[in-house]
Amino acid sequence: MKILVGIKRVVDYNVRVRVLPDGSGVDTDGVKMSVNPFDEIALEEALRIREAGNADEVIVVSAGGDECQQQLRTGLAMGADRAIQIQTGESLQPLSLARAFMKVIEREEPGLVILGKQAIDDDNSQTGQMLAALWDRPQATFASRVVLNGSSAAVTREVDAGLETIEIDLPAVITVDLRLNEPRFVKLPDIMKAKRKPLDVIPLDELGVTVEGNLSVTRHAPPAQREKGIMVEDAAQLVQELKNRGLI
Amino acid sequence: MSRVLIIAEHDGSSLNMSTAKCVSCAQAIGAEIDIAVFGNGIDAVAAEAAALDSVSKVIAVNAPHLEAPIAANWATEAVAISADYSHIFGPSTTLGKDLMPRIAALCGVNQVSDIMEVNSATSFKRPIYAGNAIVDVDAAAGARVVATVRTASWKAAAGSGSAELEQRSAAATQASHTRFVGMEVEGGERPDLQSAPRVVSGGRALGSEEQFELIYRLADKLGAGVGASRAAVDAGYCPNDMQVGQTGKIISPDLYLAFGISGAIQHVTGIKDAGTIVAVNKDSEAPIFEISDIGLVGDLFTVIPEMEGLLG
Ligand SMILES: Cc1cc2nc3c(=O)[nH]c(=O)nc-3n(C[C@H](O)[C@H](O)[C@H](O)COP(=O)(O)OP(=O)(O)OC[C@H]3O[C@@H](n4cnc5c(N)ncnc54)[C@H](O)[C@@H]3O)c2cc1C
Repeated sequence: MKILVGIKRVVDYNVRVRVLPDGSGVDTDGVKMSVNPFDEIALEEALRIREAGNADEVIVVSAGGDECQQQLRTGLAMGADRAIQIQTGESLQPLSLARAFMKVIEREEPGLVILGKQAIDDDNSQTGQMLAALWDRPQATFASRVVLNGSSAAVTREVDAGLETIEIDLPAVITVDLRLNEPRFVKLPDIMKAKRKPLDVIPLDELGVTVEGNLSVTRHAPPAQREKGIMVEDAAQLVQELKNRGLI
Repeated sequence: MSRVLIIAEHDGSSLNMSTAKCVSCAQAIGAEIDIAVFGNGIDAVAAEAAALDSVSKVIAVNAPHLEAPIAANWATEAVAISADYSHIFGPSTTLGKDLMPRIAALCGVNQVSDIMEVNSATSFKRPIYAGNAIVDVDAAAGARVVATVRTASWKAAAGSGSAELEQRSAAATQASHTRFVGMEVEGGERPDLQSAPRVVSGGRALGSEEQFELIYRLADKLGAGVGASRAAVDAGYCPNDMQVGQTGKIISPDLYLAFGISGAIQHVTGIKDAGTIVAVNKDSEAPIFEISDIGLVGDLFTVIPEMEGLLG
């Protein structure tokens, strides 16, 4: 079985993102870029499945300009067998991305596609669910536990009310939550080895997918700031202050 | 005029408050509003939905295979009744986040995630980068709008209406590839974190599951729900459904008390809409004090017992 894993290049989660003064976007100049943290967890899970003997090949896929090859190389260094770059200069909306992934699925015929539950830049949380719809296959989103049983998988999902478990037939799409696993660190020799692993570049047009989407972002603005509050000295003052404000 | 179809969230016996919040968002568009209720034995839920203000019609689709909210099944039903609607809304709870993109893809559109404000019937505000930027998103004219509604940004619509109720049979049979196995509900008797007017939250500083009891005790004194930072959840001090933040729950209680939480952006994005934020942290430089309304530099292990004493 092959496993496809999506990798997105995003602004590192430690960076405090700022909106450009003209509202045209956020400042990404010289900012540290990383693999979307959820995608690292997705890849880690795929590698563990392969290491347990339940998959033969893990393929990392990213859509973007050539700079995303850096994140694909990180994925290869973590242990993926090969990489595919869906080459495009535009940033894709989730449906276009899902359509492009669908074309890769048709070529590779994976048994599992594992993605992050959301990208920490757009916070959209759409691609996995859309891909499952286009593929007409099961989706198990926000996974915190995955147990493979031959041609099916039991997936525990983090939902608002607690933990839900569903059973899905493969092939399927799984999107992962933070507590599924802890991704491994990349070691230097692995980075050297990753340079020799195959990385295929497929132009987006070759997949017959267009970048147009129904949504357009017209303006960026900084969020409303909360006013600076007061400091109190001790628990007694705190309780008194809450009482004064009618909060307790 | 716009016509909005809202997919109801419920637990089989009562309507989740997130549905009434979707109604408020739809009201802001000035649309005709219908609600779809999918499930098995959902008369009570449908009646609750029909009582929400400014709802014209409730469409109830009853079938055994719709009992668990399996996205593949519910999305098929939603699309089957969606022909006449310009908009399809669901809440940005885990149910809506799972379901709505599947519906959007079947409709051939991208979803507008987490609407926090309505500019017009086709233009919305939503947060990106964990709330560090707010964008205006415009939907192409003529294309259907499929969206999730950021529940913390909207008040629940009142419940004094009386909508028409329509029963329909399911359009499709079960998607056999996905089977519901079970649900583990944690938390128990305390007020629901997402709707509680007061929330007491604990962070990594609590140090252990046993010591996290302090948070529960104070919460019980205040009749509050309980939240936590990711660090506290990851360390196993409390269950995952208590996580507040970018990748946990986005909440807007009147009062939020954070004990031993540093105030990482991923946490703060989950509480920005709270009425009053109280922070207790022993580090006077902790970023949580930048956004708190009332701050106290101190050790939570002494402050909480003192508060308990004062609250009697
Ligand atoms: C992709 C991603 C998503 C994330 N999503 C979330 C999310 O949804 N929610 C979330 O919360 N985090 C999230 N995080 C994690 C986030 O970045 C922080 O690591 C986390 O919020 C820290 O939790 P904390 O404040 O409890 O712990 P710490 O940052 O370790 O802070 C502990 C605080 O306790 C104080 N303290 C220690 N002892 C005491 C004492 N005795 N009395 C009083 N104060 C004391 C310390 O001064 C410190 O400020 C996410 C991270 C990533 C990468």
